[in-house]
Amino acid sequence: MPELIRVGMADYKVGKAPATVISYGLGSCIGISLYDPQTKIGGLLHIMLPDSTQARASDNPAKFADTGLPLMLNDVLALGASRARLVAKIAGGAQMFAFANATDIMRVGARNAEAAKKMLKDLGIKLVAEDTGGTYGRTVSINLEDGVYTVKTINKGEKLI
Amino acid sequence: MKDEFDLSPAQMDALKEIGNIGAGNSATALSQVINRRIDMNVPDVAMVPLEAVPDLVGGPDTIVVGVFLRVYGKAPGNILFLLPQRSAFYLVDTLMGRPVGTTTKLDFMDESALMEIGNILAGAYLNAFFTFTQLAMLPSIPALAMDMAGAILNIVLVQLGQMGDQALVIETEFLSEDDGINGHFFLVPDPGSLETIISAVGVE
Repeated sequence: MPELIRVGMADYKVGKAPATVISYGLGSCIGISLYDPQTKIGGLLHIMLPDSTQARASDNPAKFADTGLPLMLNDVLALGASRARLVAKIAGGAQMFAFANATDIMRVGARNAEAAKKMLKDLGIKLVAEDTGGTYGRTVSINLEDGVYTVKTINKGEKLI
Repeated sequence: MKDEFDLSPAQMDALKEIGNIGAGNSATALSQVINRRIDMNVPDVAMVPLEAVPDLVGGPDTIVVGVFLRVYGKAPGNILFLLPQRSAFYLVDTLMGRPVGTTTKLDFMDESALMEIGNILAGAYLNAFFTFTQLAMLPSIPALAMDMAGAILNIVLVQLGQMGDQALVIETEFLSEDDGINGHFFLVPDPGSLETIISAVGVE
């Protein structure tokens, strides 16, 4: 069995083929994967919030899109990935409960998705696939053997992006 | 703002006592609605790292039904009543007077019934809270979702995540006498509310 690397909320893990990196039960959170298809090195980041500058100082930079992504990028590069070849995929960013007067907090999923895309653009990493929004949870994983990003849901089946 | 870590043992005990009375009220209310004895454990009051909260209900990919209510008033916060899927089906069967095991999927009426249960529990809880603290609080209209526990808990954790890396969780587990129902009731005060609650209790 290839190694299964588990990523908790507000955390990231990097690795090499044949490992798979997985994160369970994302709601408004986003799972951002980076992958270099040639060296088969990649990682998965599970962010909770879009912007560290709009929150109190945290001990955990992996909680935010803007601070977490550069950290994971450094680690995949250190493992030997090429920055030019890196591609990104994102999934998550749901709104789990429908309220008529949803506050900003309840729409955080959409803001997370925007922040993730902006950060990827700023870092010059190409976003090649996306499965965001909706009102349902997702379990996401990236297979570092082939770069396939799997999105599992309870009622909407499984999607490979 | 008061940092959550500064709570003294006496203050933790006071919060536990509030949780106890609130949950006791809720358990009684639930027991009257379904006409079965409901037991509860002594509430857990703990500072939990945000990423560890889903483990309290069986892990982030456990399928649960969550009823969420926003709490308005002097010490705002969130209430989340989580039931494993099996317990939720048992509860609707009992509420609707159907043989246990009938429900395999929640329809609109079932969801509405579960939301009403969330409403009753929250009302009973907040009433007790008021008796103890004189802080008047009202729950919002409930919302319901059936999904992975991690995904559902996001809604309370995200807000806390903006302020820190820990959650103060007042959590009670409900159990029915025949083990059909096993629910978790979470009261998660907003970060700023803790100081209000503590000073209303008047414990140093």
